[in-house]
Amino acid sequence: MQTLRQTPLHERHRALGARLVPFAGWEMPVQYQGVIPEHRAVRTDCGVFDVSHMGELEIEGPKAHELLQSLLSNDLDKVEPGGAQYTLLTNERGGILDDLIAYRLEPGRYLLIVNASNREADFRWLKEREIRGSDVRDVSDDYALLAVQGPRSIERLGLDDAPPFTWAIHELDGIECMVNRTGYTGERGVELMVPADDGAELWDRVLERGAVPCGLGARDSLRLEVCYPLHGNDIGPDTDAISAGLGWVCTLDKEFTGVAELRRIKEQGPERNLIAFVMAEPGIPRQGMAIPGGGEVTSGTHSPMLDVGIGMGYVPAEMAEPESELTIDIRGRDRRARVVKKPIYKRED
Amino acid sequence: MAADESYPEELHYHREHDWARIEDGEAVLGITWFAQDALGELVHYEPPEVGATVSKDSSYGEVESVKAVSEIIAPLSGEVIEVNKAVVDAPETVNEDPYGDGWLIRIRLTQPGESDDLLDVAAYRELLAEQ
Repeated sequence: MQTLRQTPLHERHRALGARLVPFAGWEMPVQYQGVIPEHRAVRTDCGVFDVSHMGELEIEGPKAHELLQSLLSNDLDKVEPGGAQYTLLTNERGGILDDLIAYRLEPGRYLLIVNASNREADFRWLKEREIRGSDVRDVSDDYALLAVQGPRSIERLGLDDAPPFTWAIHELDGIECMVNRTGYTGERGVELMVPADDGAELWDRVLERGAVPCGLGARDSLRLEVCYPLHGNDIGPDTDAISAGLGWVCTLDKEFTGVAELRRIKEQGPERNLIAFVMAEPGIPRQGMAIPGGGEVTSGTHSPMLDVGIGMGYVPAEMAEPESELTIDIRGRDRRARVVKKPIYKRED
Repeated sequence: MAADESYPEELHYHREHDWARIEDGEAVLGITWFAQDALGELVHYEPPEVGATVSKDSSYGEVESVKAVSEIIAPLSGEVIEVNKAVVDAPETVNEDPYGDGWLIRIRLTQPGESDDLLDVAAYRELLAEQ
């Protein structure tokens, strides 16, 4: 049996009475007080998640930009130092090896924050394709990462507003952090990166400022309400960005791995689409359930905000129009659902 | 609000964390405090239909939290004579009051002698201590 890794905040989670579960080789908090109250805290005020299990890769050198331009789907020419971009690492078939955020630290230096479960594979993929003048390093163990998310998160942290997908170095209660205007909840917020040794102290300061500790359970229900795909569920090496609705992060007029296949799919139109749906009858959809007619649920949960079963899944293109009726096979019971426009949940302002 | 941990004396317990309150040839069934705590806040209850037959040690329905689904195991055999609609409408009632308002079904017992196989509270607590 493989030993589970622990983040620098492990003792803090224990002390708070978190329920700890294995996740992508890590022992992680799935919940503290409960998924639903944690979810609501993020939608109405401010929550904090330990996401130190995520991977950090650094790519440096005069050819770092060129290397990443050839391997990532989005156009890094649009990103200046101080900026960041959501993008995909693709294979030759146009499949998605990972989805990630690239932060431009300096003209010739990037930080990629990648999914925990893909950290090693991403690192190997990039390392094997290194070109002279680029150096790829896995620096994941050097850092702790906290996501502070919610409509009051910026105010509670005493930060100023800044545009999404930017970053800056700030001192927060005496701790120097990389403050990233990114997240996975659909709310305003930041992700704070600090040296691993500062993680626990930063966590304490953030809790003192009133953030509610939140686990991976709420992280999943929050991201699904706003239809952010989860790699391994909704997207993967055998699914392409066009079918997944991620064409907007693929710059098809530049050259990168798998672009020819993506151009072909875009031109012909995908055979199936990743759609969002809301249950019209009782029941909670779950990953792997069949959608009669040739579809499959890739993520499902109970929406704490809408109080109804919600999910995402692939269906044949002709079934993908919003307002179409679907059936979800919930352990042998056919339950009706309705295709909806993404996101499923949107704040009423 | 979630209830405090408790296991009433008068109930019969099944090792799959279900309870039965036996009254005059009928029984009210539910899940124990331990079961609801392990699942977390319930968001869905899939009950059997009135008139359906339930068999001891077999599943008669499902409860789900945001993260997980769990089958509900019948501690006794019988015919379903009532389903708790309040739990269908508000599954969190099970977390709030697992032995009271959070009951799940009422059955007419078809094999009353089966209750001899169930655990009393001391034996059930012993089982929990081993987990």
